Amino acid sequence: MRMQTRTLAQTAVLTLAGISLVGLAAEVTAPAAGARATCAHCERSGPGLGEPATSAEIKALDWGIMPSGVGLPPGSGAAGQGQRLYTQHCSSCHGPGGQGNSAPRLASARQKLTDDWPEKTVGSYWPYATTLFDFIRRAKPMLRPGSLSDSQTYALTAYLLYLNGIITAEQVMNARSLPQVEMPNRHGFIRVLE
Amino acid sequence: MPGVGKELSGSILYAAGNGLLDRRMLLRSGLVLASAQLLGGVPQPAQATTAARPRWMNEPGAPFTPYGQPSKFEAETVRYAAANRQLPANGASWTPLHRLEGMITPNGLHFERHHNGVPDIDPAAHRLLVHGLVQNPSFFSIDALLRYPLRSQLCFVECGGNSNAGWNLAPYQAAVGYFHGLVSCSEWTGVPLSVILDEVGVDDDARWLIADGADAFAMNMSIPLSKARTDAILALYQNGEPLRPENGYPLRLILPGWEGVLNVKWLRALKLTRQPVMSRNETARYTELLPSGKARMFTFTMAAKSLLTSPSGGMALKRGAGLYQLSGLAWSGRGRISRVEVSADGGATWAPAELQQPVLAKAFTRFRIPWRWNGQPAVLQSRAVDETGYVQPSRQALLAQRGRHGFYHYNAIVAWRVGADGRVTHVYADANQDSGTDGGIDAGWH
Repeated sequence: MRMQTRTLAQTAVLTLAGISLVGLAAEVTAPAAGARATCAHCERSGPGLGEPATSAEIKALDWGIMPSGVGLPPGSGAAGQGQRLYTQHCSSCHGPGGQGNSAPRLASARQKLTDDWPEKTVGSYWPYATTLFDFIRRAKPMLRPGSLSDSQTYALTAYLLYLNGIITAEQVMNARSLPQVEMPNRHGFIRVLE
Repeated sequence: MPGVGKELSGSILYAAGNGLLDRRMLLRSGLVLASAQLLGGVPQPAQATTAARPRWMNEPGAPFTPYGQPSKFEAETVRYAAANRQLPANGASWTPLHRLEGMITPNGLHFERHHNGVPDIDPAAHRLLVHGLVQNPSFFSIDALLRYPLRSQLCFVECGGNSNAGWNLAPYQAAVGYFHGLVSCSEWTGVPLSVILDEVGVDDDARWLIADGADAFAMNMSIPLSKARTDAILALYQNGEPLRPENGYPLRLILPGWEGVLNVKWLRALKLTRQPVMSRNETARYTELLPSGKARMFTFTMAAKSLLTSPSGGMALKRGAGLYQLSGLAWSGRGRISRVEVSADGGATWAPAELQQPVLAKAFTRFRIPWRWNGQPAVLQSRAVDETGYVQPSRQALLAQRGRHGFYHYNAIVAWRVGADGRVTHVYADANQDSGTDGGIDAGWH
């Protein structure tokens, strides 16, 4: 049994200003058990007001890329194409060659992380290469987010890794190769978790 | 410490050095207190009308308004914004803590941190997808969420980067809100996240929850499932009205006491996973570089902090020597504030401040204490202690522990110097002040 058994009345306990109140929202309508969507493994404890999501719907909305590579789509790209895209979409803010401008420097850190004025670039700081793909695809370019194809996103990712001396100009980034890229600062983090 | 703890003149009871009075003095009738005033900001008593019927009593007042606005005389009670020069929607705006009292932040003054602007979301076209390691991946419309039992909680939301000018070598001079105001406190109302997790049936091996926003930045952050189960809220209302667009309309996550960026606004998806996604904002940003070159990550809880809001930087004690009301805010992401102490002698002695009731866990706590200023230069400080026993650190102690390049989670004691002329400036109270003139910090708001 995976579900916590919890009644509606219990979830409606309000604790505010140290005073406990018990009450139900006026519009809560709990359908009869037979009307609920059923779960093969468990019994619902709530009214079941969600609508089932199909795997196709989920796939269209799930953009997260895990460090393992889970979530990476088909497509591929290398630094040459990435450089052209970078010049077109990125350099006005991040500067030519990732040198920084109104947006942060992305490559060629001049100060180490232990120096007086450390520079945190993709090469000196970012622990996972997959994060580049995840971030570029969801957020970049800032004025037209979502406008790049997956292969263009791989190409830009490859260019930024190349700029930081992490891969060569010829290395093609795709769903198989990108998770295998070992970032220089991969072990530079302490998980506090509190 | 002459005078401390003794009744003087039959009415004044001192509680700590350099004129701090017993907090219980605030309860005495007849105690006349002055407040610090913003330089040039507040009309002086000399301007009060002497007419028996001032002009606003001689004609009908203004008619009704569909949505009330502040008095035109409060034109300075506004947020201060700083943004990227090429992307004006990428930046932050600060709550004017120096213009506010009590514990609630008005909705129009809640701080903002947007990474690529405020989306204009039609609630009828917005759904929350809950998926990943669940039995029943589901969409929840706003209408459906409103049919679940709602819960309200008063709590602060604080940006991880709040107060970060405190890392500067030289004390930053700005109004307290425009320095420490990336924190606000509201009543949030919504559906407990645990209710929705039970609805979809979370798999046993799920440990994390990845929250995804519907802004142009598509913000994504990983949150431990245990927090989601404890006190997380899918918030629909803020201080009684539907969320403001800049605070996530129509749906945001509220994680009481945790770093602001995790309280994902414009929430569109929650994915249950075994591992964190390692997004840009939990790796390249919102991590704290230590002197060793290693960086702290997944630092969720905002530790206890306090500061005097009156007097504070840029104000003046215009009435000269005499009795003043000191007022400030304290909060802790770990629970309730158990006490706030105030010093008027550079940290040599401390007196407990009166805590305004109710004192709620993970919410702003207003504190006040009377102070008799002798007209001489003085350094005022406050320090908060929370119910776990955590004591707000001195700046020196924080720097010794974290170095100067953590950027996030700055919560050191704040010191204000009152000059002989009554003017208040920000100072570093520690004996060995930093030297140097570089006031810059090591990262911008990108």
